[in-house]
Amino acid sequence: MARIDLVDLAHSYRGNFAAPESFALKPVTMTWRQGGAYALLGPSGCGKTTLLNLISGIVTPSRGKILFDGVDITPLSTQKRNLAQVFEFPVIYDTMTVGQNLAFPLKNRGVPKAEIDARVAEIARLLDLAPWLNRKATRLTADAKQKISLGRGLVRSDVAAVLFDEPLTVIDPELKWQLRSKLKALHRDLDLTMIYVTHDQTEALTFADTVVVMHDGRVVQSGTPAELFEKPAHTFVGYFIGSPGMNIVPAEVRGREARIDGHTIRLDRNYDGLPPGARIEIGVRPEFVDVEAPGSGLLSATIERIDDLGRVRFARVRIGDAKFAARVPPGFSLDGNEAGLRFDSSRVHVYADSLLVEGK
Amino acid sequence: MDKTVNHKAWFLVLPVFLIVAFSAVLPLMTVVNYSIQDTFGNNQFFWNGVGWFKELLDPTTDLGERFFASLWRNLFFSAIILAIEVPLGIVVALSMPREGWRVAACLVIMALPLLIPWNVVGTIWQIFGRPDIGLMGYTLNSIGLDYNYVSNEFDAWATIIVMDVWHWTSLVALLCYAGLKSIPDAYYQAAQIDGASRWAVFTAIQLPKMNRVLLIAVLLRFMDSFMIYTEPFVVTGGGPGNSTTFISIELVKIALGQFDLGKAAALSLVYNLIILIVCWVFYTVMTNAGAERAPEKGVA
Repeated sequence: MARIDLVDLAHSYRGNFAAPESFALKPVTMTWRQGGAYALLGPSGCGKTTLLNLISGIVTPSRGKILFDGVDITPLSTQKRNLAQVFEFPVIYDTMTVGQNLAFPLKNRGVPKAEIDARVAEIARLLDLAPWLNRKATRLTADAKQKISLGRGLVRSDVAAVLFDEPLTVIDPELKWQLRSKLKALHRDLDLTMIYVTHDQTEALTFADTVVVMHDGRVVQSGTPAELFEKPAHTFVGYFIGSPGMNIVPAEVRGREARIDGHTIRLDRNYDGLPPGARIEIGVRPEFVDVEAPGSGLLSATIERIDDLGRVRFARVRIGDAKFAARVPPGFSLDGNEAGLRFDSSRVHVYADSLLVEGK
Repeated sequence: MDKTVNHKAWFLVLPVFLIVAFSAVLPLMTVVNYSIQDTFGNNQFFWNGVGWFKELLDPTTDLGERFFASLWRNLFFSAIILAIEVPLGIVVALSMPREGWRVAACLVIMALPLLIPWNVVGTIWQIFGRPDIGLMGYTLNSIGLDYNYVSNEFDAWATIIVMDVWHWTSLVALLCYAGLKSIPDAYYQAAQIDGASRWAVFTAIQLPKMNRVLLIAVLLRFMDSFMIYTEPFVVTGGGPGNSTTFISIELVKIALGQFDLGKAAALSLVYNLIILIVCWVFYTVMTNAGAERAPEKGVA
């Protein structure tokens, strides 16, 4: 168990002297708290697996350091790092039984037999694998195999952190839910640092206390699910998290006002002194824009269509050239397609070159 | 399950039936025909029933003695070359590079022996091993070893075995290499994380993942070595004495040397039957091994 610090860590698969823009992981400095449940969220190719493999030692960083509890472990091999990793596809040792699979990491480390048996029994109980201990592991289903892979990680009592690399990709949807709750429960029981890589925001938001969003090799925000939802630090976070994603539209912002296509939206904070020449956008989540009948004080917009998601309805609307998604309040119906939009002004954020600007 | 009945489909299979009939079934039937008759030339044939088969399977007769002697010799030969080529092939496959231009270079070099025709391989080794002009034979003799594959049984066997290993280990190695390449990286990474030693990686991951290709390799090498003819025929001609006379060489001697068509036909059929049985056993073992790996429904 350990706190993990990344110090100016970066990696390029093209060698150490490649141009910084081509880095698979751009320099990052951050701390993973002992016992935290983290999710690394991002689209395919954003560098999240690279980051995970750097931590586990499968990949050696081009630059920077990794510290476990303050000790630099960058030069150490994977074996010496005391990590557990669960891969996308379940890794099972074909010739062994479930029990032998679980015992394998301990046997390799020369742990006494009695202790191995006790640990294996304990882990099998935690993962509900006890009835299958003497079965050949190859004949089990994908989710049971994935549990075995996980069990091999947990069976070592000294493991510093458990890393998951999209572990539920090959699992059936209804079992995904069960396995995820199992992971949550294990996290509570065992007080382990867990890092979970995924491109699925539901998985990330339900699993983690802290979600680290990556985009194009960079960590763009790290925070609780609520922070990511309410205050995305980068337009990518706004757009990637939430369904539909955040509305991000170019605007002219001056003081407490944003202008879109001649319409004015009031802002709660003052945004004087935005960097000159920057690309200015405002971002607001569809949940904080309500569609109403046209009226004074509302922005007039054209409704293009309404998506009924069952629980909520979202309207796709247009203000000039800018497209918005907005919430349609329950029971609301409209004649024609002209509507008014009511913005929750405290939820409208301003972005300069994709980065959040704090108003005063 | 309901099947659509469509008799027209038979017409589509007909060409294959005809080809197989002329290429396999009819020639085989002539052999069956010979095996139950005796001939004294002049195209005169006499009914002999299962006489030839009785003689063949009775070790006290001349034919039976020759058959069993060559059969054991052949099995012994197959056992030796399997015991050498399979482990050696695995070792070669494990030490082959995994990426880069070296892979292509390795594959080309290893494929070379496989591309050489059998009789050329035989000729190469026949000359290579000659004590007077052969590089190997001359060198061995000049360092004080009394090597002569023409007069010494052990030397003859050693030559043929080394030749076969030279010719066919690449095949085993290439098959194993294909098996190794198909193992996802995650297995090696997981093994690293589990702290597995090199040996543990081999026994827990590589060997089990290779077992299908290994079965194929063993099957191919067994069949091939069990049917071996050209190379020992070219190198030793079955000698010295009968020491390297394998079944196929014996068969040719009986059929073409003595022109005993009935005996030769009976021997061919039994030979064929042995190969079929071995094939069937291997096939069954392999499909069972495959079925074992399919996930069981409703577990966990």
